[in-house]
Amino acid sequence: MNLYRAHVLICGGAGCLSSGCKAVQEKFIAELKAHNLENEVKMVETGCIGTCDLGPVIVIYPEGVFYKKVAPEDVQEIIEEHLIKGRYVTRLLYERPVSGEQIPFYNEIDFFRKQQRIALRNVGIINPEVIEEYIARDGYLALGKVLTQYTPEQVIQEIKDSGLRGRGGAGFPTGLKWEFTRKAPGDQKYVICNADEGDPGAFMDRSVLEGDPHSVIEAMTIAGYAVGANQGYVYVRAEYPLAVQRLEDAIKKAREFGMLGENILGTSFSFDLEIRVGAGAFVCGEETALLASIEGKRGEPRPKPPFPASHGLWGKPTLINNVETYANIPVIINRGADWFKQFGTEKSKGTKVFALAGKVNNTGLVEVPMGTTLREVIFELGGGIPNHKRFKAAQTGGPSGGCLTEKDLDRPMDYESLVAAGSMMGSGGLIVMDEDNCMVDVARFFLEFTQDESCGKCTPCRIGTKRMLEILIKITQGKGEERDLEILEELATTIKATALCGLGQSAPNPVLSTIRNFRDEYLAHIREKRCPAKVCRALLQYTIISELCKGCGLCARNCPEKAISGEPKKPYTIDQEKCIKCGNCLDKCPFNAIELK
Amino acid sequence: MAEACCHGISDEKYQKLDEIINQYKGKPGGLIPVLHQAQLIFGYLPKEVQIRVAEGLDIPLSEVYGVITFYSFFSQKPRGKYTIGVCLGTACYVKGAAEIVEALEENLGIKVGDTTENGEFSLMVTRCLGACGLAPVLTIGEDVYGRLTPDKIPEIIKAYENR
Repeated sequence: MNLYRAHVLICGGAGCLSSGCKAVQEKFIAELKAHNLENEVKMVETGCIGTCDLGPVIVIYPEGVFYKKVAPEDVQEIIEEHLIKGRYVTRLLYERPVSGEQIPFYNEIDFFRKQQRIALRNVGIINPEVIEEYIARDGYLALGKVLTQYTPEQVIQEIKDSGLRGRGGAGFPTGLKWEFTRKAPGDQKYVICNADEGDPGAFMDRSVLEGDPHSVIEAMTIAGYAVGANQGYVYVRAEYPLAVQRLEDAIKKAREFGMLGENILGTSFSFDLEIRVGAGAFVCGEETALLASIEGKRGEPRPKPPFPASHGLWGKPTLINNVETYANIPVIINRGADWFKQFGTEKSKGTKVFALAGKVNNTGLVEVPMGTTLREVIFELGGGIPNHKRFKAAQTGGPSGGCLTEKDLDRPMDYESLVAAGSMMGSGGLIVMDEDNCMVDVARFFLEFTQDESCGKCTPCRIGTKRMLEILIKITQGKGEERDLEILEELATTIKATALCGLGQSAPNPVLSTIRNFRDEYLAHIREKRCPAKVCRALLQYTIISELCKGCGLCARNCPEKAISGEPKKPYTIDQEKCIKCGNCLDKCPFNAIELK
Repeated sequence: MAEACCHGISDEKYQKLDEIINQYKGKPGGLIPVLHQAQLIFGYLPKEVQIRVAEGLDIPLSEVYGVITFYSFFSQKPRGKYTIGVCLGTACYVKGAAEIVEALEENLGIKVGDTTENGEFSLMVTRCLGACGLAPVLTIGEDVYGRLTPDKIPEIIKAYENR
């Protein structure tokens, strides 16, 4: 084996791919060759390093120097300065958002320093297409340990002891789920990985599948051994083609290495995996709908009980866990339940990956111990809100969740505390909003989503969410009445109580949570016909400040509706009846004489 | 050259479809994977293809149709050479995806769900693509464009028009 004096890790995650990391890679390959360094420096394409907004990013070891926004033109300088002369290329180093202080080392940047990576332990570090790199980081050690030293019951006990709970949303104790499936009578059982990560704003499962697919394969095999299944399915959404490709490749390699298939690692245990690709239906993230979809049917949910643990795929006992949950399993087996339990809060053990997005400086994936506060995540790891704007809300739990506001900033985040705050953990999407986001509009956005994704099987969800959406649209158009809030709340309560599945039962949450936290904003829309965040277009008014208007006529010439009139050198006026609120006049006015109210 | 039949869809494509059908025949849950492949071959799922799949897999046509209309990925209408998908996930939405859609509609002269007359572009909105860190995002085929602003749209479209 060749020993290299330096490693260049280039992020090949989805974010960096679209920022052009492939061109940077090609340049590195060419330049390393041109400088005769091929045998001294190794380039590794990794999964998502996490800082999507700074992509393409690279980390150079042994020092661990982090470079951001690397362009192909920078490669020669990095090689000549850093790799040959040992001097950092300072203009590409990370800078702290407010102070502008440069921080060269990966593990000293707040975004990484405050993380505790368990599920994401290999993501951004190894090349996901090389099984040896996974094995070198203790990959498949847990599987070997389980197959040779543990009974299935002991595996389940270890997972129960660890306190691990489902990372897909509801937070059900994982070990218990395993135990139910093990104890359910039946000769044929299945293990399923729910990788239908549909919550808008959550992308941790994608990152694990793309950056560390073997961790999921290993965990599912362990689960197969524990519950007594010989066949597994990974249900991945069609929006993630790269994840499907990496997973396919990893399954093939795992088979070649004897980690999947007949007689795994020479034992009598056999287990294999198949991938099923979704076809664009959010409701398939609900487990009974997911089962219907794997069976080749319309992805409609059914009432529970019976639960999949006893009546799952093709009526057989089936274990369903999500990607992030599985990614924790090998570590729990290797390091023990006691080690895992040291992280987190009393009822929520371990870590949680959050997908930080929206109005925040450092967007990307962060894995922090359960119980970390929202303030730490947004302002320390996330580096705060850009453009000196004010924090307004953080949306967690996707379309099933709610908003957290300033008063929740110091609340330790775990399953229970988020529910108490009127939101939920969900799959860990965390979208930050600032003063420019209208919460009524956000509620409308989510309801439009759930209404569109409602499968139509049960009436409360199909019709109830439609009625709620109509009312919200009315409010954002300035036609709302005061009793609308009451009607919304009443509809919400009914839908929550009567809808068939999780999608419907949780659909009203974003509305309830925004009404609770931002009632004033709703009332401004209803009573004053005003959108304080200046988002709801029907409520906006463009006016000309006559003292500032020089009568140049530029606005009138650029108005597509001919809504502006006036005489040269005298103040112009806007006909509000004709104005379509396109904002052209505001953009064109050289004297800042146009005001948006 | 393969002979044209069935509304101008070549025999060669049907041969490919039959191979796929045979792979999944008798396997439980094979319908959705077959439809995925069929859409790759034909670009969309016209009635003739639905009938062929139904007969081949021995599933009622009503069930095939039911599945196609349930999932948003399956299309019964032909799509343009390039499908532009604008992400309407939460992160993209709060960062102005609605304005990106508007800019596209204006530039292409079509509405969401439609295809340009010359058959070049179809405009779709998609669910979260998971590239939230780069919001707002759109995809054209397999290419991803992030950190968009409405003024970047004409340039992006132009690059495909000239291909």
